[in-house]
Amino acid sequence: MSVVIEAKGLDLTFGTGEGAVHALADIDLSIESGEFVSLIGPSGCGKTTLLRVIADLEKPTGGTISVNGVSPEEARLARAYGYVFQAAALYPWRTIAGNISLPLEVMGMSKAERQQRIAKNMELVNLTGFEKKFPWQLSGGMQQRASIARALSFDPDMLLMDEPFGALDEIVRDHLNEQLLKLWAQTKKTVVFVTHSIPEAVFLSTRIVVMSPRPGRIHEVIDCDLGDDRPLDIRETPKFLEIAHRVREGLRLGHSYED
Amino acid sequence: MLERRGFSALLYDRIVPIGVVVAVIVVLWYGFAVLLNAQFERDQAARAKTEITTSQLIERTLSQDRPLLPAPHQVVSEIWDTTVMKKITSKRSLVYHGWITLSSTLLGFLMGTVLGISLAVAIVHSKVLDRSLMPWIIVSQTVPILAIAPVIIVVLNAIGISGLFPKALISTYLSFFPVAVGMVKGLRSPDVMHLDLMRTYNSSAAQVFWKLRWPASVPFLFTSMKVAVAISLVGAIVGEMPTGAVAGLGARLLSGSYYGQTIQIWSALFSAAVLAAVLVMLVDLVSRIVLRRMGMAQ
Ligand SMILES: Nc1ncnc2c1ncn2[C@@H]1O[C@H](COP(=O)(O)OP(=O)(O)OP(=O)(O)O)[C@@H](O)[C@H]1O
Ligand SMILES: [Mg+2]
Repeated sequence: MSVVIEAKGLDLTFGTGEGAVHALADIDLSIESGEFVSLIGPSGCGKTTLLRVIADLEKPTGGTISVNGVSPEEARLARAYGYVFQAAALYPWRTIAGNISLPLEVMGMSKAERQQRIAKNMELVNLTGFEKKFPWQLSGGMQQRASIARALSFDPDMLLMDEPFGALDEIVRDHLNEQLLKLWAQTKKTVVFVTHSIPEAVFLSTRIVVMSPRPGRIHEVIDCDLGDDRPLDIRETPKFLEIAHRVREGLRLGHSYED
Repeated sequence: MLERRGFSALLYDRIVPIGVVVAVIVVLWYGFAVLLNAQFERDQAARAKTEITTSQLIERTLSQDRPLLPAPHQVVSEIWDTTVMKKITSKRSLVYHGWITLSSTLLGFLMGTVLGISLAVAIVHSKVLDRSLMPWIIVSQTVPILAIAPVIIVVLNAIGISGLFPKALISTYLSFFPVAVGMVKGLRSPDVMHLDLMRTYNSSAAQVFWKLRWPASVPFLFTSMKVAVAISLVGAIVGEMPTGAVAGLGARLLSGSYYGQTIQIWSALFSAAVLAAVLVMLVDLVSRIVLRRMGMAQ
Protein backbone atom coordinates (compact mmCIF):
# COMPACT_ATOMS: atom_id res chain seq x y z
CA MET A 1 0.00 0.00 0.00
CA SER A 2 1.22 3.45 -0.86
CA VAL A 3 0.95 6.61 1.15
CA VAL A 4 -1.52 9.04 -0.37
CA ILE A 5 -1.60 11.85 2.16
CA GLU A 6 1.39 12.70 4.30
CA ALA A 7 1.32 15.66 6.69
CA LYS A 8 4.22 16.58 8.98
CA GLY A 9 4.10 19.30 11.61
CA LEU A 10 1.27 20.99 9.74
CA ASP A 11 0.31 24.38 11.13
CA LEU A 12 -2.31 26.89 10.08
CA THR A 13 -3.12 30.25 11.62
CA PHE A 14 -5.91 32.41 10.20
CA GLY A 15 -5.20 36.12 10.35
CA THR A 16 -2.53 37.86 12.36
CA GLY A 17 -2.16 39.76 15.64
CA GLU A 18 -5.10 40.08 18.01
CA GLY A 19 -7.70 38.27 15.91
CA ALA A 20 -5.48 35.36 14.83
CA VAL A 21 -7.03 31.90 15.09
CA HIS A 22 -4.69 28.96 15.49
CA ALA A 23 -6.79 26.45 13.55
CA LEU A 24 -4.26 23.63 13.12
CA ALA A 25 -1.20 22.90 15.22
CA ASP A 26 1.48 20.31 14.66
CA ILE A 27 -0.60 17.86 12.64
CA ASP A 28 1.20 14.62 11.78
CA LEU A 29 -0.93 12.32 9.71
CA SER A 30 -0.27 9.68 7.10
CA ILE A 31 -3.07 8.10 5.10
CA GLU A 32 -2.56 5.12 2.83
CA SER A 33 -4.29 4.33 -0.39
CA GLY A 34 -7.66 2.60 0.08
CA GLU A 35 -8.08 3.73 3.67
CA PHE A 36 -11.29 5.18 5.07
CA VAL A 37 -10.20 7.76 7.63
CA SER A 38 -12.65 9.74 9.72
CA LEU A 39 -11.86 13.05 11.39
CA ILE A 40 -13.92 13.56 14.53
CA GLY A 41 -13.83 16.27 17.19
CA PRO A 42 -15.74 19.11 18.74
CA SER A 43 -16.93 22.04 16.68
CA GLY A 44 -14.14 24.42 15.74
CA CYS A 45 -11.29 21.93 16.20
CA GLY A 46 -10.15 22.32 12.61
CA LYS A 47 -11.61 19.28 10.83
CA THR A 48 -12.87 21.30 7.89
CA THR A 49 -9.66 23.29 7.80
CA LEU A 50 -7.55 20.12 7.62
CA LEU A 51 -9.71 18.75 4.83
CA ARG A 52 -9.45 22.05 2.96
CA VAL A 53 -5.66 22.03 3.32
CA ILE A 54 -5.57 18.58 1.74
CA ALA A 55 -7.80 19.91 -1.05
CA ASP A 56 -5.62 23.01 -1.56
CA LEU A 57 -8.54 25.26 -0.68
CA GLU A 58 -6.46 26.58 2.22
CA LYS A 59 -2.69 27.09 2.43
CA PRO A 60 -0.94 25.93 5.61
CA THR A 61 1.26 28.46 7.41
CA GLY A 62 3.76 25.83 8.57
CA GLY A 63 4.87 22.23 8.15
CA THR A 64 4.67 20.11 5.05
CA ILE A 65 1.99 18.15 3.32
CA SER A 66 1.99 15.99 0.23
CA VAL A 67 -0.92 14.48 -1.66
CA ASN A 68 -0.16 11.64 -4.07
CA GLY A 69 3.51 12.45 -3.56
CA VAL A 70 3.15 16.02 -4.80
CA SER A 71 1.96 19.30 -3.29
CA PRO A 72 -1.79 19.69 -2.67
CA GLU A 73 -1.88 22.30 -5.43
CA GLU A 74 -0.40 19.97 -8.01
CA ALA A 75 -2.78 17.26 -6.84
CA ARG A 76 -5.71 19.62 -7.23
CA LEU A 77 -4.57 20.68 -10.68
CA ALA A 78 -4.37 16.98 -11.55
CA ARG A 79 -7.96 16.59 -10.26
CA ALA A 80 -6.90 14.00 -7.73
CA TYR A 81 -9.94 14.18 -5.49
CA GLY A 82 -13.68 14.70 -5.36
CA TYR A 83 -14.85 17.03 -2.62
CA VAL A 84 -18.24 16.78 -0.94
CA PHE A 85 -19.20 19.87 1.00
CA GLN A 86 -21.23 20.00 4.17
CA ALA A 87 -24.14 21.41 2.17
CA ALA A 88 -25.03 19.81 -1.15
CA ALA A 89 -23.92 22.95 -3.01
CA LEU A 90 -25.81 22.06 -6.18
CA TYR A 91 -26.20 24.78 -8.79
CA PRO A 92 -29.87 25.78 -8.69
CA TRP A 93 -30.11 26.49 -12.44
CA ARG A 94 -28.88 23.03 -13.36
CA THR A 95 -30.97 19.89 -13.25
CA ILE A 96 -29.67 16.98 -11.20
CA ALA A 97 -28.16 15.43 -14.33
CA GLY A 98 -26.75 18.86 -15.23
CA ASN A 99 -25.12 19.17 -11.82
CA ILE A 100 -23.49 15.77 -12.09
CA SER A 101 -22.37 16.73 -15.56
CA LEU A 102 -20.61 19.89 -14.30
CA PRO A 103 -17.18 18.43 -13.51
CA LEU A 104 -17.35 16.33 -16.66
CA GLU A 105 -17.96 19.44 -18.77
CA VAL A 106 -15.14 21.29 -17.04
CA MET A 107 -12.86 18.36 -17.78
CA GLY A 108 -13.90 18.42 -21.42
CA MET A 109 -15.53 15.00 -21.75
CA SER A 110 -17.60 14.18 -24.81
CA LYS A 111 -21.36 14.25 -24.59
CA ALA A 112 -21.69 10.49 -24.94
CA GLU A 113 -19.14 9.92 -22.19
CA ARG A 114 -20.90 12.40 -19.94
CA GLN A 115 -24.28 10.77 -20.44
CA GLN A 116 -22.94 7.36 -19.68
CA ARG A 117 -21.25 8.57 -16.49
CA ILE A 118 -24.30 10.52 -15.36
CA ALA A 119 -26.50 7.45 -15.74
CA LYS A 120 -24.02 5.22 -13.95
CA ASN A 121 -23.52 7.52 -10.98
CA MET A 122 -27.17 8.40 -10.60
CA GLU A 123 -27.89 4.73 -10.37
CA LEU A 124 -25.12 4.33 -7.81
CA VAL A 125 -26.78 6.81 -5.45
CA ASN A 126 -30.30 5.60 -6.24
CA LEU A 127 -31.46 8.71 -8.05
CA THR A 128 -32.35 7.20 -11.42
CA GLY A 129 -35.49 8.92 -12.70
CA PHE A 130 -34.68 12.28 -11.19
CA GLU A 131 -32.35 13.43 -13.98
CA LYS A 132 -34.56 16.28 -15.14
CA LYS A 133 -35.54 17.56 -11.70
CA PHE A 134 -34.10 20.76 -10.31
CA PRO A 135 -32.40 20.67 -6.89
CA TRP A 136 -35.25 22.42 -5.08
CA GLN A 137 -37.58 19.65 -6.20
CA LEU A 138 -35.56 17.09 -4.21
CA SER A 139 -35.35 16.40 -0.48
CA GLY A 140 -32.20 17.28 1.43
CA GLY A 141 -31.07 13.65 1.46
CA MET A 142 -31.54 13.30 -2.27
CA GLN A 143 -29.64 16.52 -2.89
CA GLN A 144 -26.76 15.25 -0.80
CA ARG A 145 -26.78 12.00 -2.76
CA ALA A 146 -26.66 14.01 -5.98
CA SER A 147 -23.65 15.91 -4.67
CA ILE A 148 -21.94 12.60 -3.92
CA ALA A 149 -22.72 11.38 -7.43
CA ARG A 150 -21.19 14.62 -8.71
CA ALA A 151 -18.00 14.00 -6.75
CA LEU A 152 -17.84 10.42 -8.00
CA SER A 153 -18.71 11.20 -11.61
CA PHE A 154 -15.15 11.83 -12.77
CA ASP A 155 -13.91 8.82 -10.86
CA PRO A 156 -11.28 10.41 -8.62
CA ASP A 157 -9.10 8.05 -6.56
CA MET A 158 -9.73 10.08 -3.46
CA LEU A 159 -12.90 11.39 -1.81
CA LEU A 160 -12.82 14.24 0.68
CA MET A 161 -16.16 14.48 2.49
CA ASP A 162 -17.04 17.19 4.99
CA GLU A 163 -19.95 16.06 7.18
CA PRO A 164 -21.91 15.02 4.12
CA PHE A 165 -24.73 13.51 6.15
CA GLY A 166 -24.71 16.03 8.98
CA ALA A 167 -28.09 17.56 8.21
CA LEU A 168 -29.96 14.32 7.57
CA ASP A 169 -32.22 12.26 9.80
CA GLU A 170 -31.02 8.98 11.33
CA ILE A 171 -32.81 6.65 8.91
CA VAL A 172 -31.58 8.37 5.77
CA ARG A 173 -28.16 8.64 7.32
CA ASP A 174 -28.00 4.91 8.07
CA HIS A 175 -29.05 4.17 4.54
CA LEU A 176 -26.44 6.47 3.01
CA ASN A 177 -23.77 5.10 5.34
CA GLU A 178 -24.47 1.60 4.05
CA GLN A 179 -24.36 2.78 0.46
CA LEU A 180 -21.14 4.67 1.00
CA LEU A 181 -19.54 1.65 2.63
CA LYS A 182 -20.60 -0.55 -0.27
CA LEU A 183 -19.25 1.93 -2.74
CA TRP A 184 -15.96 2.16 -0.90
CA ALA A 185 -15.67 -1.64 -0.74
CA GLN A 186 -16.27 -1.85 -4.49
CA THR A 187 -13.97 0.92 -5.60
CA LYS A 188 -11.29 0.96 -2.89
CA LYS A 189 -11.04 4.70 -3.08
CA THR A 190 -9.23 6.57 -0.35
CA VAL A 191 -11.78 8.44 1.75
CA VAL A 192 -11.22 11.22 4.27
CA PHE A 193 -14.49 11.78 6.07
CA VAL A 194 -15.41 14.48 8.58
CA THR A 195 -18.17 13.71 11.05
CA HIS A 196 -19.58 14.62 14.45
CA SER A 197 -21.16 11.23 14.95
CA ILE A 198 -19.24 8.53 16.82
CA PRO A 199 -21.35 5.62 15.50
CA GLU A 200 -20.99 6.89 11.97
CA ALA A 201 -17.21 7.16 12.32
CA VAL A 202 -16.86 3.68 13.80
CA PHE A 203 -19.22 2.11 11.31
CA LEU A 204 -17.45 3.51 8.27
CA SER A 205 -13.77 3.90 9.06
CA THR A 206 -10.61 1.89 9.03
CA ARG A 207 -9.05 4.56 11.23
CA ILE A 208 -10.51 7.36 13.33
CA VAL A 209 -8.59 10.56 13.97
CA VAL A 210 -9.78 12.21 17.18
CA MET A 211 -9.05 15.92 17.21
CA SER A 212 -9.09 18.48 20.02
CA PRO A 213 -9.63 22.21 19.78
CA ARG A 214 -7.72 25.44 20.43
CA PRO A 215 -5.40 24.96 18.76
CA GLY A 216 -6.71 22.17 16.56
CA ARG A 217 -4.49 19.14 16.98
CA ILE A 218 -4.67 15.38 16.69
CA HIS A 219 -5.43 13.93 20.08
CA GLU A 220 -5.43 10.27 19.19
CA VAL A 221 -5.67 7.94 16.20
CA ILE A 222 -7.81 4.87 16.80
CA ASP A 223 -7.72 1.77 14.57
CA CYS A 224 -11.11 0.51 13.65
CA ASP A 225 -10.54 -3.07 12.47
CA LEU A 226 -14.10 -4.28 12.06
CA GLY A 227 -13.33 -5.98 8.75
CA ASP A 228 -14.85 -5.37 5.35
CA ASP A 229 -18.26 -6.89 5.97
CA ARG A 230 -20.25 -4.44 8.05
CA PRO A 231 -24.02 -4.89 8.23
CA LEU A 232 -25.89 -2.16 10.10
CA ASP A 233 -26.38 -4.34 13.18
CA ILE A 234 -22.65 -4.63 13.64
CA ARG A 235 -23.28 -1.53 15.72
CA GLU A 236 -24.64 -3.69 18.54
CA THR A 237 -21.58 -5.98 18.73
CA PRO A 238 -19.21 -5.68 21.72
CA LYS A 239 -16.26 -4.91 19.45
CA PHE A 240 -18.08 -1.96 17.84
CA LEU A 241 -19.18 -0.64 21.23
CA GLU A 242 -15.67 -0.95 22.58
CA ILE A 243 -14.21 1.13 19.74
CA ALA A 244 -17.02 3.66 20.10
CA HIS A 245 -16.23 3.87 23.79
CA ARG A 246 -12.56 4.56 23.08
CA VAL A 247 -13.48 7.33 20.63
CA ARG A 248 -15.79 8.85 23.22
CA GLU A 249 -13.05 8.71 25.86
CA GLY A 250 -10.62 10.30 23.45
CA LEU A 251 -13.03 13.11 22.71
CA ARG A 252 -13.61 13.68 26.41
CA LEU A 253 -9.91 13.76 27.27
CA GLY A 254 -9.15 15.99 24.32
CA HIS A 255 -11.81 18.37 25.52
CA SER A 256 -11.09 18.40 29.24
CA TYR A 257 -8.03 20.59 29.53
CA GLU A 258 -9.64 23.64 28.09
CA ASP A 259 -12.31 24.53 30.63
CA MET B 1 -60.38 29.48 3.48
CA LEU B 2 -62.36 29.63 0.32
CA GLU B 3 -60.00 29.73 -2.61
CA ARG B 4 -60.94 31.59 -5.73
CA ARG B 5 -59.90 30.23 -9.05
CA GLY B 6 -59.74 31.21 -12.71
CA PHE B 7 -61.86 34.10 -13.79
CA SER B 8 -63.36 34.68 -10.40
CA ALA B 9 -59.85 35.02 -8.91
CA LEU B 10 -58.88 37.41 -11.67
CA LEU B 11 -62.03 39.42 -11.05
CA TYR B 12 -61.68 39.73 -7.30
CA ASP B 13 -57.90 39.90 -6.97
CA ARG B 14 -57.14 42.12 -9.94
CA ILE B 15 -59.99 43.72 -11.79
CA VAL B 16 -62.04 44.89 -8.82
CA PRO B 17 -59.21 46.51 -6.81
CA ILE B 18 -57.59 48.07 -9.87
CA GLY B 19 -60.98 49.22 -11.12
CA VAL B 20 -61.77 50.91 -7.81
CA VAL B 21 -58.45 52.76 -7.81
CA VAL B 22 -58.93 53.89 -11.41
CA ALA B 23 -62.48 55.08 -10.64
CA VAL B 24 -61.26 57.11 -7.65
CA ILE B 25 -58.51 58.69 -9.76
CA VAL B 26 -60.94 59.58 -12.55
CA VAL B 27 -63.38 61.17 -10.11
CA LEU B 28 -60.63 63.20 -8.45
CA TRP B 29 -59.31 64.18 -11.84
CA TYR B 30 -62.68 65.56 -12.95
CA GLY B 31 -62.88 67.43 -9.67
CA PHE B 32 -59.50 69.07 -10.18
CA ALA B 33 -60.25 69.80 -13.84
CA VAL B 34 -63.34 71.75 -12.81
CA LEU B 35 -61.50 73.55 -10.02
CA LEU B 36 -58.47 74.51 -12.09
CA ASN B 37 -60.30 75.52 -15.22
CA ALA B 38 -63.11 77.41 -13.47
CA GLN B 39 -61.20 80.66 -13.08
CA PHE B 40 -60.81 81.03 -16.84
CA GLU B 41 -64.55 80.55 -17.39
CA ARG B 42 -65.41 83.03 -14.65
CA ASP B 43 -63.05 85.59 -16.20
CA GLN B 44 -64.63 84.99 -19.59
CA ALA B 45 -68.08 85.44 -18.17
CA ALA B 46 -67.04 88.58 -16.30
CA ARG B 47 -65.50 90.03 -19.43
CA ALA B 48 -68.65 89.27 -21.41
CA LYS B 49 -70.66 90.66 -18.47
CA THR B 50 -72.84 87.55 -18.28
CA GLU B 51 -73.78 85.28 -15.44
CA ILE B 52 -73.15 81.58 -15.72
CA THR B 53 -74.85 78.89 -13.69
CA THR B 54 -72.89 76.22 -11.91
CA SER B 55 -73.94 73.54 -14.36
CA GLN B 56 -72.88 75.73 -17.29
CA LEU B 57 -69.60 76.38 -15.54
CA ILE B 58 -68.91 72.72 -15.04
CA GLU B 59 -69.87 71.89 -18.59
CA ARG B 60 -67.55 74.56 -19.99
CA THR B 61 -64.60 73.74 -17.74
CA LEU B 62 -64.66 70.23 -19.13
CA SER B 63 -64.68 71.19 -22.78
CA GLN B 64 -62.13 73.98 -23.09
CA ASP B 65 -59.77 74.10 -26.04
CA ARG B 66 -56.68 74.79 -23.99
CA PRO B 67 -57.59 73.88 -20.45
CA LEU B 68 -55.15 74.17 -17.59
CA LEU B 69 -56.00 70.56 -16.82
CA PRO B 70 -57.79 68.63 -19.56
CA ALA B 71 -60.59 66.33 -18.49
CA PRO B 72 -60.08 62.57 -18.87
CA HIS B 73 -62.53 62.23 -21.73
CA GLN B 74 -60.73 64.99 -23.65
CA VAL B 75 -57.43 63.14 -23.33
CA VAL B 76 -59.04 59.85 -24.26
CA SER B 77 -60.69 61.26 -27.35
CA GLU B 78 -57.45 63.03 -28.38
CA ILE B 79 -55.58 59.76 -28.04
CA TRP B 80 -58.30 57.99 -30.01
CA ASP B 81 -58.16 60.62 -32.74
CA THR B 82 -54.40 60.52 -33.03
CA THR B 83 -53.98 56.76 -32.93
CA VAL B 84 -56.90 54.86 -34.40
CA MET B 85 -58.24 57.65 -36.59
CA LYS B 86 -54.94 58.74 -38.14
CA LYS B 87 -52.79 56.97 -40.65
CA ILE B 88 -49.65 55.90 -38.86
CA THR B 89 -47.51 57.71 -41.41
CA SER B 90 -49.22 60.99 -40.54
CA LYS B 91 -47.19 63.53 -38.60
CA ARG B 92 -50.16 63.89 -36.29
CA SER B 93 -50.34 60.19 -35.46
CA LEU B 94 -49.31 59.29 -31.92
CA VAL B 95 -48.40 55.83 -33.16
CA TYR B 96 -45.89 57.42 -35.53
CA HIS B 97 -44.37 59.54 -32.75
CA GLY B 98 -44.52 56.64 -30.31
CA TRP B 99 -42.62 54.47 -32.77
CA ILE B 100 -39.90 57.11 -33.21
CA THR B 101 -39.43 57.26 -29.45
CA LEU B 102 -39.72 53.50 -29.03
CA SER B 103 -37.04 52.76 -31.61
CA SER B 104 -34.47 54.99 -29.97
CA THR B 105 -35.54 53.65 -26.56
CA LEU B 106 -34.91 50.09 -27.68
CA LEU B 107 -31.60 50.88 -29.37
CA GLY B 108 -30.43 52.81 -26.30
CA PHE B 109 -31.63 50.07 -23.97
CA LEU B 110 -29.80 47.45 -25.97
CA MET B 111 -26.56 49.44 -26.02
CA GLY B 112 -26.95 50.31 -22.33
CA THR B 113 -27.47 46.68 -21.39
CA VAL B 114 -24.44 45.54 -23.38
CA LEU B 115 -22.32 48.36 -21.96
CA GLY B 116 -23.53 47.68 -18.41
CA ILE B 117 -22.79 43.98 -18.67
CA SER B 118 -19.34 44.60 -20.18
CA LEU B 119 -18.43 47.06 -17.44
CA ALA B 120 -19.63 44.64 -14.76
CA VAL B 121 -17.62 41.79 -16.25
CA ALA B 122 -14.50 43.96 -16.35
CA ILE B 123 -15.04 45.19 -12.80
CA VAL B 124 -15.61 41.73 -11.38
CA HIS B 125 -12.48 40.35 -12.99
CA SER B 126 -10.07 43.15 -12.18
CA LYS B 127 -9.43 44.83 -8.84
CA VAL B 128 -7.80 47.75 -10.61
CA LEU B 129 -10.84 48.36 -12.78
CA ASP B 130 -13.11 47.95 -9.77
CA ARG B 131 -11.27 50.78 -8.02
CA SER B 132 -10.85 53.00 -11.07
CA LEU B 133 -14.16 52.53 -12.91
CA MET B 134 -16.72 52.29 -10.15
CA PRO B 135 -16.36 55.88 -8.89
CA TRP B 136 -16.75 57.23 -12.44
CA ILE B 137 -19.81 55.12 -13.04
CA ILE B 138 -21.42 56.56 -9.95
CA VAL B 139 -20.35 60.13 -10.74
CA SER B 140 -21.81 59.77 -14.24
CA GLN B 141 -25.27 59.44 -12.73
CA THR B 142 -24.96 62.47 -10.48
CA VAL B 143 -24.69 64.74 -13.52
CA PRO B 144 -28.24 65.81 -14.40
CA ILE B 145 -29.28 64.26 -17.69
CA LEU B 146 -31.04 67.49 -18.66
CA ALA B 147 -27.63 69.15 -18.71
CA ILE B 148 -25.89 66.36 -20.60
CA ALA B 149 -28.56 65.68 -23.21
CA PRO B 150 -28.29 68.94 -25.20
CA VAL B 151 -24.50 68.68 -25.17
CA ILE B 152 -24.56 65.18 -26.63
CA ILE B 153 -27.19 66.04 -29.23
CA VAL B 154 -25.51 69.27 -30.30
CA VAL B 155 -22.00 67.87 -30.42
CA LEU B 156 -23.07 64.83 -32.42
CA ASN B 157 -25.13 67.01 -34.73
CA ALA B 158 -22.06 69.17 -35.31
CA ILE B 159 -20.10 66.18 -36.55
CA GLY B 160 -22.96 65.10 -38.73
CA ILE B 161 -24.57 62.42 -36.62
CA SER B 162 -28.25 63.04 -36.07
CA GLY B 163 -31.55 61.24 -35.80
CA LEU B 164 -31.90 58.00 -33.90
CA PHE B 165 -28.39 57.48 -32.62
CA PRO B 166 -27.82 60.59 -30.47
CA LYS B 167 -31.14 60.05 -28.70
CA ALA B 168 -30.34 56.38 -28.18
CA LEU B 169 -27.04 57.46 -26.69
CA ILE B 170 -28.86 59.37 -23.98
CA SER B 171 -30.92 56.30 -23.20
CA THR B 172 -27.69 54.34 -23.06
CA TYR B 173 -26.18 56.87 -20.70
CA LEU B 174 -29.07 56.37 -18.30
CA SER B 175 -29.68 52.66 -18.69
CA PHE B 176 -26.17 51.25 -18.46
CA PHE B 177 -26.01 52.27 -14.82
CA PRO B 178 -28.62 49.99 -13.23
CA VAL B 179 -27.37 47.13 -15.41
CA ALA B 180 -23.74 47.65 -14.43
CA VAL B 181 -24.54 47.89 -10.72
CA GLY B 182 -26.96 44.95 -10.79
CA MET B 183 -24.59 42.76 -12.77
CA VAL B 184 -21.61 43.49 -10.52
CA LYS B 185 -23.76 42.29 -7.67
CA GLY B 186 -25.04 39.33 -9.67
CA LEU B 187 -21.64 38.18 -10.90
CA ARG B 188 -20.41 38.33 -7.32
CA SER B 189 -23.44 36.50 -5.95
CA PRO B 190 -22.17 32.88 -6.07
CA ASP B 191 -21.30 31.75 -2.57
CA VAL B 192 -17.88 30.54 -1.50
CA MET B 193 -18.85 26.90 -1.68
CA HIS B 194 -19.97 27.17 -5.31
CA LEU B 195 -16.70 28.90 -6.17
CA ASP B 196 -14.60 26.40 -4.21
CA LEU B 197 -16.32 23.60 -6.07
CA MET B 198 -15.11 24.99 -9.39
CA ARG B 199 -11.65 25.33 -7.89
CA THR B 200 -11.55 21.67 -6.97
CA TYR B 201 -12.16 20.87 -10.64
CA ASN B 202 -9.21 23.02 -11.67
CA SER B 203 -11.51 25.06 -13.90
CA SER B 204 -10.41 28.06 -15.94
CA ALA B 205 -11.61 31.60 -15.28
CA ALA B 206 -13.74 31.37 -18.43
CA GLN B 207 -15.40 28.20 -17.15
CA VAL B 208 -16.08 29.81 -13.77
CA PHE B 209 -17.66 32.70 -15.62
CA TRP B 210 -19.87 30.78 -18.01
CA LYS B 211 -20.84 27.93 -15.73
CA LEU B 212 -21.21 29.81 -12.46
CA ARG B 213 -21.06 33.61 -12.42
CA TRP B 214 -23.12 34.22 -15.53
CA PRO B 215 -26.09 31.92 -14.71
CA ALA B 216 -26.04 33.10 -11.10
CA SER B 217 -26.37 36.69 -12.27
CA VAL B 218 -29.37 36.19 -14.56
CA PRO B 219 -32.05 37.12 -11.96
CA PHE B 220 -30.04 40.25 -11.15
CA LEU B 221 -29.77 41.07 -14.85
CA PHE B 222 -33.52 40.98 -15.37
CA THR B 223 -34.23 43.06 -12.30
CA SER B 224 -31.88 45.76 -13.53
CA MET B 225 -33.18 45.49 -17.10
CA LYS B 226 -36.67 46.34 -15.85
CA VAL B 227 -35.33 49.58 -14.40
CA ALA B 228 -33.13 50.16 -17.45
CA VAL B 229 -35.90 49.87 -20.03
CA ALA B 230 -38.12 52.39 -18.23
CA ILE B 231 -35.25 54.82 -17.79
CA SER B 232 -34.31 54.35 -21.47
CA LEU B 233 -37.70 55.69 -22.45
CA VAL B 234 -37.15 58.73 -20.26
CA GLY B 235 -33.78 59.19 -21.95
CA ALA B 236 -35.27 59.00 -25.42
CA ILE B 237 -37.95 61.57 -24.55
CA VAL B 238 -35.42 63.90 -22.98
CA GLY B 239 -33.26 63.46 -26.08
CA GLU B 240 -36.13 64.64 -28.28
CA MET B 241 -36.50 67.93 -26.46
CA PRO B 242 -33.34 70.03 -26.63
CA THR B 243 -32.99 70.40 -30.38
CA GLY B 244 -36.64 70.97 -31.07
CA ALA B 245 -36.89 67.60 -32.69
CA VAL B 246 -39.84 67.29 -35.01
CA ALA B 247 -40.86 63.76 -34.17
CA GLY B 248 -41.25 61.56 -31.13
CA LEU B 249 -43.25 61.78 -27.92
CA GLY B 250 -40.74 64.28 -26.56
CA ALA B 251 -41.31 66.51 -29.57
CA ARG B 252 -45.07 66.25 -29.01
CA LEU B 253 -44.59 67.33 -25.40
CA LEU B 254 -42.42 70.23 -26.47
CA SER B 255 -44.62 71.49 -29.30
CA GLY B 256 -47.64 71.02 -27.09
CA SER B 257 -46.12 73.33 -24.53
CA TYR B 258 -45.05 75.90 -27.16
CA TYR B 259 -48.60 76.29 -28.33
CA GLY B 260 -50.34 75.69 -25.03
CA GLN B 261 -51.86 72.48 -26.36
CA THR B 262 -52.39 70.90 -22.98
CA ILE B 263 -54.55 68.12 -24.35
CA GLN B 264 -51.73 67.15 -26.70
CA ILE B 265 -49.23 67.25 -23.82
CA TRP B 266 -51.38 65.02 -21.67
CA SER B 267 -52.03 62.50 -24.38
CA ALA B 268 -48.29 62.30 -25.13
CA LEU B 269 -47.65 61.85 -21.41
CA PHE B 270 -50.18 59.06 -21.23
CA SER B 271 -48.78 57.32 -24.27
CA ALA B 272 -45.33 57.50 -22.73
CA ALA B 273 -46.61 56.03 -19.47
CA VAL B 274 -48.42 53.23 -21.25
CA LEU B 275 -45.37 52.54 -23.38
CA ALA B 276 -43.16 52.37 -20.28
CA ALA B 277 -45.58 50.01 -18.55
CA VAL B 278 -45.74 47.75 -21.59
CA LEU B 279 -41.95 47.66 -21.91
CA VAL B 280 -41.47 46.81 -18.25
CA MET B 281 -44.13 44.11 -18.47
CA LEU B 282 -42.47 42.63 -21.53
CA VAL B 283 -39.10 42.42 -19.77
CA ASP B 284 -40.85 40.92 -16.79
CA LEU B 285 -42.53 38.34 -18.99
CA VAL B 286 -39.24 37.34 -20.63
CA SER B 287 -37.67 37.21 -17.19
CA ARG B 288 -40.36 34.83 -15.92
CA ILE B 289 -40.01 32.55 -18.92
CA VAL B 290 -36.21 32.43 -18.74
CA LEU B 291 -36.11 31.92 -14.99
CA ARG B 292 -38.69 29.15 -15.18
CA ARG B 293 -36.64 27.43 -17.87
CA MET B 294 -33.58 27.76 -15.63
CA GLY B 295 -35.45 26.28 -12.67
CA MET B 296 -35.03 29.52 -10.75
CA ALA B 297 -38.59 30.87 -10.84
CA GLN B 298 -39.69 32.13 -7.44
N1 LIG C 1 -11.50 31.48 6.72
C1 LIG C 1 -11.33 31.55 8.06
N2 LIG C 1 -10.89 32.69 8.62
C2 LIG C 1 -10.70 32.78 9.96
N3 LIG C 1 -10.91 31.79 10.81
C3 LIG C 1 -11.36 30.62 10.33
C4 LIG C 1 -11.60 30.44 8.92
N4 LIG C 1 -12.03 29.17 8.71
C5 LIG C 1 -12.09 28.60 9.93
N5 LIG C 1 -11.66 29.45 10.91
C6 LIG C 1 -11.53 29.14 12.33
O1 LIG C 1 -10.71 28.02 12.46
C7 LIG C 1 -11.19 27.15 13.48
C8 LIG C 1 -11.40 25.79 12.90
O2 LIG C 1 -12.49 25.85 11.99
P1 LIG C 1 -13.04 24.58 11.23
O3 LIG C 1 -14.12 25.05 10.31
O4 LIG C 1 -11.93 23.84 10.63
O5 LIG C 1 -13.69 23.74 12.40
P2 LIG C 1 -14.48 22.36 12.32
O6 LIG C 1 -13.76 21.37 13.16
O7 LIG C 1 -14.74 22.00 10.91
O8 LIG C 1 -15.84 22.78 13.06
P3 LIG C 1 -17.31 22.23 12.76
O9 LIG C 1 -17.41 20.89 13.36
O10 LIG C 1 -18.18 23.22 13.48
O11 LIG C 1 -17.52 22.26 11.29
C9 LIG C 1 -12.44 27.79 14.04
O12 LIG C 1 -12.10 28.48 15.23
C10 LIG C 1 -12.85 28.76 12.97
O13 LIG C 1 -13.49 29.87 13.53
MG1 LIG D 1 -16.51 21.93 9.65
